[in-house]
Amino acid sequence: MRRDLIASALAVLVFTVVFGLAYPLATTGVAQVLFPNKADGSQVMRDGKVVGSRLIGQEFQKPVLGPDGKPKTDKDGNPILEPDPRYFQSRPSATGYNPSVTFFNNLGPNQKDLRDLFRANLAAYLKRERPTSPGLRAKDVPVDAVTTSASGVDPHISQANARIQARRVARARNVSLTRVNQLIDDNTDDRALGFLGEPGVNVLDLNLALDQEAQA
Amino acid sequence: MTVQGWVQIAFYLVVLTALTPVLGGYMARVYRNERVFLTPVFGPVERLTYRLLRVDPNVEQDWKAYARTTLVFSVLFWFALYLILRTQGIQPFNPEGFNSAPWNVTFNTTSSFISNTDWQYYGGETTMSYFSQMAGLAVQNFVSAAVGMAVLAAVIRGFASRGTANLGNFWQDLTRTLFYILLPLSFVGALVLVSQGVIQTLSGYVSYATVQGLDQTLALGPAASQISIKQLGTNGGGFFNVNSAMPFENATGFSNFVEILFILLIPAALTYTFGRMVGNRRQGWALYAAMAVMLVATIGVAYAAEQNGSPAQKGAQVATASANGTTGGNLEGKEQRFGIASSSEWAAVTTAASNGSVNSAHEAYTGIGGAVPLVNMMTGEVIFGGVGSGLYGMLLMVILAVFIAGLMVGRTPEYLGKKIEAREVKLTLIGTLFVPLSVLAFTALALATHWGTQSIFDSGPQGFSETLYAYTSQGNNNGSAFAGYTGFIQPNAPGNAGATGISFADLMGGFLMLINRFVPLLAAIAVAGSLATKRVAPVGGGTFRTDTATFVVLLIGVIVIVGALTFFPALLLGPIVQGLTPQLF
Repeated sequence: MRRDLIASALAVLVFTVVFGLAYPLATTGVAQVLFPNKADGSQVMRDGKVVGSRLIGQEFQKPVLGPDGKPKTDKDGNPILEPDPRYFQSRPSATGYNPSVTFFNNLGPNQKDLRDLFRANLAAYLKRERPTSPGLRAKDVPVDAVTTSASGVDPHISQANARIQARRVARARNVSLTRVNQLIDDNTDDRALGFLGEPGVNVLDLNLALDQEAQA
Repeated sequence: MTVQGWVQIAFYLVVLTALTPVLGGYMARVYRNERVFLTPVFGPVERLTYRLLRVDPNVEQDWKAYARTTLVFSVLFWFALYLILRTQGIQPFNPEGFNSAPWNVTFNTTSSFISNTDWQYYGGETTMSYFSQMAGLAVQNFVSAAVGMAVLAAVIRGFASRGTANLGNFWQDLTRTLFYILLPLSFVGALVLVSQGVIQTLSGYVSYATVQGLDQTLALGPAASQISIKQLGTNGGGFFNVNSAMPFENATGFSNFVEILFILLIPAALTYTFGRMVGNRRQGWALYAAMAVMLVATIGVAYAAEQNGSPAQKGAQVATASANGTTGGNLEGKEQRFGIASSSEWAAVTTAASNGSVNSAHEAYTGIGGAVPLVNMMTGEVIFGGVGSGLYGMLLMVILAVFIAGLMVGRTPEYLGKKIEAREVKLTLIGTLFVPLSVLAFTALALATHWGTQSIFDSGPQGFSETLYAYTSQGNNNGSAFAGYTGFIQPNAPGNAGATGISFADLMGGFLMLINRFVPLLAAIAVAGSLATKRVAPVGGGTFRTDTATFVVLLIGVIVIVGALTFFPALLLGPIVQGLTPQLF
C-alpha cells in the first residue's frame, strides 16, 4: 500500500509533465511550423486587418437607419441590425455567431418553441428573397436556411440556399447572375476526398470575393 | 437517405475492420511485453519511467494487488486534478484570466475525467485556462484511458491463464499503453487535425471587427493535441462547449472522418488483441461481429430517423426532402459540412463507444433518432464501449450468455475451456446489473424531487428525456448530453465571475460516474482473478462453442435483454412517445 502510494504520487508528477506539458507544447511547436495559419484559427486578413476566420461564420448585417439618417437603437441603446442585401446571409444562429461563447438552443424535436422559431426563420427568409425570387414557396427553401447549427458558427450554407440568394445579391450589386453563380462555385468547399461530409458554400470567402470584384 | 451517405458509412466500417488486426496485433505484442517497432524510441523512456516511479515492472500482481494499485493511483490523480482545477487564478497559460468554477462543478468535472466519462457541465472556452485544459484535463484523457486498457490486459491474462494467479504488473501495463499506443497515435492524429484547420496555439483570444464592422472574438487554444486523445481514449470532453461541432475542433469532412475513426479504433482493435492473447483469433472476431452488428443497426435507425425530419419542422412547413444541393432531413443542430449521414453516424458511434464527443446537438435529434444514443449507452457501453472498459464489460456479458446457454442445455457452462461457476456468475451479475439499476434509481430521484427538476430546460417529454439522458450518460461513463440539462450557471461576466453550480446535479452525477467506473472494473478483475487459477478443459464434442454465429446471436440477445429492456419503460415515456406522435409540447 505504501509503495503504491509513493509510486502513484510520483506518477502524477511524471505523467503531468509528459502528457500535460511536453506533449501539448511539442505538438504546438510542430503545428506552428507546419501549418502556421491553420494552427492559429485560419484568420482572414483584409487591408492588413483581421476580419474573420474562414472556419467561423459571421453575420452580414448593417444598422437600420432612422428617418434622421442615424442608426436606430433598441431600448438598451444597441443598434438595430438588418441583413445587408449586398451580402450572402449565413444560417440562423442561437448565439449570433459568437465563437467565444458557443452553445446550442437546446430545443427538442417536438417543442412548440422550435416550431415557432422555424416559422419565424422561414418567414424572414421568404420576405428577404421573394422580391428577387418571385413565387418562392416554403417548400423551396433549403433546410439549412431556417435551422440553426450545433456550433452556432457554421461557416457554410448549402449550394441550393446560395443559388436563391444569388439573385438578390446580383441585383443589389448590379453584377450579372452568371458571375455571382460562378463565384459560388469557386467558393464551395467540396466533400473531402469526393465523398466525406457534404459540400458547403463558405459564406465569408464568397462575400469577400464579391467585395474584391467591386473594388477591381 | 442518399447513396453517398451510405457509401461513407460503409467506407468507415471497411477501414475500421481493416485496421483492427493491424493495431490489435500490435497491442497484443505490447501487452505480451514483446519488442515492437517503437521500442528503439520509447524503450529508454519506458525504463526511465520505471526508475522515476521507483517500481519494478517484473513484479507480478494477483487480482487483488492489481486492483489495489489501480484504485490508489486513481484516487491520487483525482485529488491532483481537483487541485489543478481549483487553482486557475494562479496558473500560467491563462490568457483570459479565468477563475475556477465553483467547487461542486469542479467535483463533477474531476470525477468525470478520472472515470473516463468527460461529462461536462462547463463550457471549455468560457471556463478553463489553457493550463487546466493541458495539464489537468488532457492528462486525464491519457491516463484514464490507459487505466481502462491496463485493466483489460490484466483481465485478458486471467481468461488466458494456465493456472497462475498472476495478472501482470499495473505499472508496466500503464506505462506501455501510454508510450507505445496512446502517445504516438495522438501526436500523429493531432497534426493531421491541424492540417485540416483544427487550432493548436497558446495565443490568447483574438478580437476584431467583422466585414460588416461587428465585434467578434475567436476563442483559441491548444485544442488539436487534446482532441486527438479525447477521441482515441474514448474520453469525449470537448475543448469547446459545443465539442466537435465547433469548426475549430472539427473543420472538414476529412477531419470528421479521422475523429470518428479514432473513436472506435482502439476499442475495435482490442477485440483482436483479446483473440491473440487467448490464443484463438476467432474468439476475438466473434466479439467484434456481435459489436459490429449492433453498431450498424443503430447507425441505420439514426440515419433514417434524422433524414425523415422532426415534428417541429413539419409543423412549420419546413422542407425535409433532400433536393439537389441540400441535405434535407433534420438539420437543426447539425452542421452543413457534415450533413445528416455523418452526424447520425457519429451519434451512434460515439455512444456505442463510451466516447461522448458530439459533432451535432443530440438534444435536437428526433424522438427515434435521439433514442439511438440512449439505447447504445443503456446496453452498458459494450458495443465496442470505452477503451478497455468496453471489452471487459463485454466479457462479463459473454459469461452471462454462456451461463444462460448452460442452463438451457443443462450442463456446466465453460468459456475458453474454463468452468464458469457460482462465484464468477455472482460477480458478473454485480458487474452487469449495478450500472443499470443505479442509473434508474438516480434518474427517478432526479425526476421526483425539485432539486433534480431545476436542471431541466425543455418542457414535456423532452424534459424527461434530458434527465434520463444525463444519468444514463454519466452512469455509463459516456459523457454525451441532451445539453439543455444543466448543473452550472454562468453569467456572461469576464473571467467567469459569479458563476454558480447546481449542487444536486453536480454531486449526484459526479458520484454516479465514480461508482459506475469502479464497480464494474473491480467485478471484471475479480472474475479474471477467479478464472486465472482454473484448469483448462480440452475442447471436446460436447463443448459449447463461443466462436460461431449462433453464439454471436445469443450474445446480442443477452445484451438487448439485460441492457435495453431494463430501460424500455423509461424509453417509452420520453423519446419513443415523441417519435410516435407529431404532437408538439
